[in-house]
Amino acid sequence: MRVAVIQFPGSNCDTDCQAALASFPGVSAEIVWHKETSLAGYDAIVLPGGFSYGDYLRCGSIARFSPIMGAVRTAADAGVLVLGICNGFQILCEAGLLPGTLMRNNGLLFRCESLHLRVENTDAPFTSALRKGQVLEIPIAHGEGNYFAEPEILKQLEANGQVLLRYCDASGNVTTEANPNGSLGNIAGICSHGRNVFGLMPHPERVCDPILGGTDGRGLFQSMIEAVEKPKS
Amino acid sequence: MKAVVTVMPKPAILDPAGVAAGRAMEHLGLKGVRSVRIGKSIEIEVEGADEKQLHEICHDLLSNPVVEDYTLRILS
Repeated sequence: MRVAVIQFPGSNCDTDCQAALASFPGVSAEIVWHKETSLAGYDAIVLPGGFSYGDYLRCGSIARFSPIMGAVRTAADAGVLVLGICNGFQILCEAGLLPGTLMRNNGLLFRCESLHLRVENTDAPFTSALRKGQVLEIPIAHGEGNYFAEPEILKQLEANGQVLLRYCDASGNVTTEANPNGSLGNIAGICSHGRNVFGLMPHPERVCDPILGGTDGRGLFQSMIEAVEKPKS
Repeated sequence: MKAVVTVMPKPAILDPAGVAAGRAMEHLGLKGVRSVRIGKSIEIEVEGADEKQLHEICHDLLSNPVVEDYTLRILS
């Protein structure tokens, strides 16, 4: 399968995502510059982390108007899997492909550390290879990861099972102490109503190789790859 | 045309940077600080734009309507 990793000016996790994806057999991951206007032929799209446009104005607010975003929207509407990691999540929210927004961390600090996430729902192409309630250890690195949505939107997200990951402690308890940024409901990752667009603040691509200290990120990519390949086989 | 756009966090949204700045003001001896909210002021000079177009830009780019309000002032 072919995965496009979109590179915006200021993306800095693009090659990490490419390397993580390419470590799975049969996956070809290609960097696509944001000035491109077509994503035809790709089975999945990744918006990587970083600081697109220097985070000027608001994180992701300028990148959402990049030429490639028209093609991302078309692909998302057609059901193609779209994964946004960190700044990619912020861009998807700014673009309206995911509801809500990511505000400044409530403690004002840029938080860069490994922490725990609980898998809330496996009925999505990005978590289907995981177990409900499974605890993953994946690093975060962000200053604006404080998820916010209007109460009625939040209610819909919960009711539809769109919250896929929450910050938790090592035992899987979702607590205020385990919340690094003030996100409502300890939300670390949500998917779209159609379930094919997924955004998360943690960086699974950084824990896909034992040499980097962990492999807990692989399950999310594995799920995505299986979701694309299974219907074909 | 000259315009100034002010973008502010919506009243219901906690502004942690404002809270931190407020605490610093108290630390400097300012008494009775009840609220500090930090927003942005954006000055625009543009030829030939109409007000409707500027409002669209304010809504789509310069502010995030989920958590921010904007006001557009045309100066000249």
